Formats: sequence, structure tokens, C-alpha cells
Amino acid sequence: MANTEPHAEATADAPPEGQQHPLGIYIKIWALLFVLSTCSYLVDYLQFQGYLRWSLIILFMLLKAGLIVAVFMHMMWERLALLYAILIPPILVMVFLFLMTHEADNTFSLRGIFFGAGP
Amino acid sequence: MTQAEATNTGEALAPPDGLGGVVADWSSDQRAFKKVPWGKAMMWIFLLSDTFIFSIFLLSYMTVRMSTTVPWPYPSEIFALSFGGEPIPLILIAIMTFILITSSGTMVLAVNYGYRSDRVRTMIYLVITALFGATFVGMQAFEWTKLIVEEGVRPWTNPFGAPQFGSVFFMITGFHGFHVSVGVLFLFIIARKVWRGDFDTGKRGFFTSRKGNYQTVEIMGLYWHFVDLVWVFIFAFFYLW
Repeated sequence: MANTEPHAEATADAPPEGQQHPLGIYIKIWALLFVLSTCSYLVDYLQFQGYLRWSLIILFMLLKAGLIVAVFMHMMWERLALLYAILIPPILVMVFLFLMTHEADNTFSLRGIFFGAGP
Repeated sequence: MTQAEATNTGEALAPPDGLGGVVADWSSDQRAFKKVPWGKAMMWIFLLSDTFIFSIFLLSYMTVRMSTTVPWPYPSEIFALSFGGEPIPLILIAIMTFILITSSGTMVLAVNYGYRSDRVRTMIYLVITALFGATFVGMQAFEWTKLIVEEGVRPWTNPFGAPQFGSVFFMITGFHGFHVSVGVLFLFIIARKVWRGDFDTGKRGFFTSRKGNYQTVEIMGLYWHFVDLVWVFIFAFFYLW
């Protein structure tokens, strides 16, 4: 029951395996996520184009994703065995990404030849 | 007997850290994920499989967008809304993004108060999270209705450009919206359990017959943050790109 102060530190009756951290870090990351979301919206609002737009989108996306996984999902406090088991497989998807960019380029050039609509 | 005394340290040794710890954990002939309850490890593995599903969706979207010879529709204008004046580009999606991030914040507070065994605050923040999630789904329903009824977007055609836009849009946002809806349902179920005090009394669950505790709130939180995480990628690649 509510026998502790709202901003008190870890209490003894909490489960030993639980992830318990001060509220301050969550509030700070929360605010940072708002700022980053505003930034990524501004990329569209200010009509940035080309490589500047794409690099800014990727930058803000990766920062937001990293903060959510590391702090909100507690990954930075887990043991490395879990961290590697969960985070390395998605990175391998990059191989798939590489394959599909080449596949799509190939399809695009074939359509250019046969439809006569390519650049 | 003296040999047993020499090897008996009296307590379990702390597992090593760093890369040595990874090797030790995986080769320890016990459970690999130490200091992690089984439910949490299983949720992480489920989320990994879900990551692959959404990766495949986004990759197929990339492939059709790169290979079409017809110009791709411009989401900034399609998802613009006007509040009496000039249409503001992408404003609906921006509001949905902020709603989802807010709900992630309230979820974190729920997990935190859960581990403080603050039953009432945990329940309140879980319900607030669920209501934000329901708002998100509501706005998505509004967005779908607008696109289907007013703009005439279909999975095979749309008035803006490349016909693949419709199928990609409905599949990706539909699958994400389904995840949010399931999350809202489970948030209400967990909130009810917290409100009833199931995690304080160790009441057994109706499905697994296991005693629950406040780790369940954290595992629910993992799922909810994942839904937010997927939206970060959809927002970047589908709406902004």
C-alpha cells in the first residue's frame, strides 16, 4: 500500500529483481523525447529537402529509439547477456536492407526499360 | 569434510561483468538471463520477433517505393489538417506522436510506483496510459475514415500517385494500430488487477495460475514502450521521408 513518500528511494519490500530507479531520470528523458519529436516534426514543417532531410530524420529517429530502449525499457541496466541477445539480431536486418535496395534498383531499371517511363 | 569447507564460500558468487559476463551467463548451465524474471525474458523475445515483423513491413515498403516509376504521394500534404485557416502539414500525425510519447511517460510512472507498492498511483497511471492509447487509436480511425471516405484511398489505388501507397499505408498503420488496441486492452486488465490488489496479496492469475507481482506492470510497460518505438520508425520512414 501507499506507505512510502512519492519521491522516496527504493523500499525494502520491493521485489529484489525489479528495475527501480529515481523518477528524475525518467522525467528528463521524457522531456528530451518531446524535444526530439518536435525537432523531427520541424524537419517536415521547415521543408528541408534532400540529404539534409534524410540525415536529420535518421538522426532524430535513432536518438529517440535509443532513449526509449535504454531508459524506458531499462536496457542500460540489464546484464549484457540479455542486451546482446535482443539488440544484435535486429542489426542483422541491415543485411536484408542491403539486399532489398539492390533488388529494388534492379526492378526500377527494368521497369524503365520495358515501360519506357524511367528517368 | 575439510575439502568441502575449502570450496564452500557460504554464498553465491556475484556473476562477472563485461564480455566475460556474457560468456559466463550463456555457458553457466543454468538460466542464461540472470536477474531477469522469466516473464520479462519471454516478453523481450516476443518483442524481438515483433521487431522482425515490422522490419519486414518497412523493408517491403522501401522496396515498392524505390522500384515504382510513378511519383510517390507526398504525406506532408495528405495528412495536413486545417483548423479554420491555412492547412498545417502533417499536424495530425505530429499530435498522435506526442500522445504516444506522453503515454510512454505515464507508463514509466506506473512501473515506478508499482515497485514502490503504491497501488493507487500505479492503477491511476495505468488507466491514464490506456486512455492516451485509446485516444491514439481514435485519431487513427479518424485518419483512416478521412482517407477512405473523403480521399478515396484504396489498397490498390489512390488519387495522389503510386498505387502501392494505399496497401503500404493500410498494412503498416493497421498492424501498428492493432498493437496499440491490444495494448490498451491489456493495460485495462493489468489496471484492474492492480486496483483489486492482486499483486499485493499474491492472488493467482486466472490464466497461468501463478502468483502475480509488480513485475507484471514492468513487462506490460515493455510491450507499451515497444509500440511507441515502432511508431518512431513508422513516423520517420512513412510520414517524414
